[in-house]
Amino acid sequence: MTTTPPPAKIETRDLHKAFGGKQVLRGVNLTIQPGESLAVIGASGTGKSVLIKNIIGLMHPDSGSVLIDGQDVTALTGRDREQVTRKFGMLFQGAALFDSLPVWENVAFGLIQVQRMARQDAREKAIEAMIQVGLEPDIAERSPAELSGGMQKRVGLARAIATKPEIMFFDEPTTGLDPIMGSVIDNLIIKSVRELGATALSITHDMASARRIADNIAMIYDGIIVWHGPVDAIDDSGSDVVDQFINGRSHGPIDMLVAS
Amino acid sequence: MGLLRALGRSVINLFAVTGRIGVFTGNGVFHCFSPPFFPRLVGQQMVEIGFYSLPVVGLTAIFTGMVLALQSFSGFGFAGEATIANVVVWGITRELGPVLAGLMVAGRIGAAMAAEIGTMRVTEQIDALTTLSTNPYKYLVAPRLIAAVAMMPLLVLVADIIGVMGGFIVSIYDFGFNPMTYLRSTWDNLEFIGFFSGIVKAAVFGFIIALMGTYHGYNSKGGSQGVGQATTNAVVSASILLLLFNFIITAIFFAA
Ligand SMILES: Nc1ncnc2c1ncn2[C@@H]1O[C@H](COP(=O)(O)OP(=O)(O)OP(=O)(O)O)[C@@H](O)[C@H]1O
Ligand SMILES: [Mg+2]
Repeated sequence: MTTTPPPAKIETRDLHKAFGGKQVLRGVNLTIQPGESLAVIGASGTGKSVLIKNIIGLMHPDSGSVLIDGQDVTALTGRDREQVTRKFGMLFQGAALFDSLPVWENVAFGLIQVQRMARQDAREKAIEAMIQVGLEPDIAERSPAELSGGMQKRVGLARAIATKPEIMFFDEPTTGLDPIMGSVIDNLIIKSVRELGATALSITHDMASARRIADNIAMIYDGIIVWHGPVDAIDDSGSDVVDQFINGRSHGPIDMLVAS
Repeated sequence: MGLLRALGRSVINLFAVTGRIGVFTGNGVFHCFSPPFFPRLVGQQMVEIGFYSLPVVGLTAIFTGMVLALQSFSGFGFAGEATIANVVVWGITRELGPVLAGLMVAGRIGAAMAAEIGTMRVTEQIDALTTLSTNPYKYLVAPRLIAAVAMMPLLVLVADIIGVMGGFIVSIYDFGFNPMTYLRSTWDNLEFIGFFSGIVKAAVFGFIIALMGTYHGYNSKGGSQGVGQATTNAVVSASILLLLFNFIITAIFFAA
């Protein structure tokens, strides 16, 4: 008797992506289990944002496939694609707030447009979400352009989690925040994963934050995942690349191409 | 040989661009008719296009009507109220009302659409829409197409009235025509087909303006410079297409 294990929440198989002649992803294989919180680390420009955009369907891989809940979604379009997209919530690296809408409508966007909630109810929910990310409710009517970078980031986070999606992508959630707010956000991510049973993929440069929020860490280097393992094991990864990155050394296998 | 190759390349390029615009148009029109709809956004765009374009369209129309009266007076001499009223109402309703209003709106609205949507593209707001399961064609393109097609005929109707009024003012105050006779000649010379062709043109121009604005905005890339480029392209291509279709529609209506 064999029982097949439940499918992975997210799986990428041999993802390749190039821009012009520049090969960014050269065969990324990554598996994320349901309820897992994974942090992806890697040097600037190695393709972390490109990787999540390929998973979520904003970019299409040149080859390879993406599976969500065991379903191959690589070639989905139209309504079928929208059905899958509903499982996702995403915080963009640059927040990407809608500047034609006030803060609360940004946060309530998914509730109003997708879940068809009445505007008044959606507004209340949005303000709840804003409080969760440490924003004052009195900025609800303001335009996103009037907010500081860190506040915009938190509005983006509130927008990503307001619909309580099954899968959450956070592209550098704590970059640009002060350390205290950073740990508030870390706790919020932990809580979302624990309480909602969500699966989370966070991109971060902040090792302290990665250790707090993640069960597992994956490091991307030169277009592939060079190391993937539990948080506790990262200090004994046995990989020079990982060691150099987590200790922030300027000399090692990762060559930063700076004039010396 | 080199010339031939360059020619070939630009022909292929032209086909590629036409194809892309064709696909974009198909998508945009399809999403005008498939739910969910965004009436709130359509309303916002209608106010933006219809109401806020009134001053510039009105000013253009009144000066054009006045100039038409002056020119026909100096051209035909004192041929009488009937000729001048005829030239003004004919010229305004058939050609100058729709074309000049179209060009003004192309500059105002086409540019604004390209800049707004282009900025949304380069700041990843369009990607964010997608991750919130909202189709950008439905949310951004369709409301603008609907609003522009609906509002341009109204704007041209206003332009027709104000333009004729411009001619009237010059004829009464400069040439000392009898107001009642002038108005009667205007009314007698107003023919349905001329007016109607102008309104049809207006709807088509509205579609072209919104299509070019959204297309160039949607496909802009490369930061603020790309957005600037998209804005210029939107206005230039909308203006040229508008003049081309003005010719085609005129031919369909009157050259049979
Ligand atoms: N739309 C695009 N067109 C062309 N090249 C792109 C595009 N998006 C990303 N790239 C290139 O892909 C590479 C990886 O970019 P990506 O944004 O994924 O880096 P990242 O790992 O997220 O870096 P950071 O930590 O600085 O955010 C970069 O060299 C970038 O120039
Ligand atoms: Mg990035």
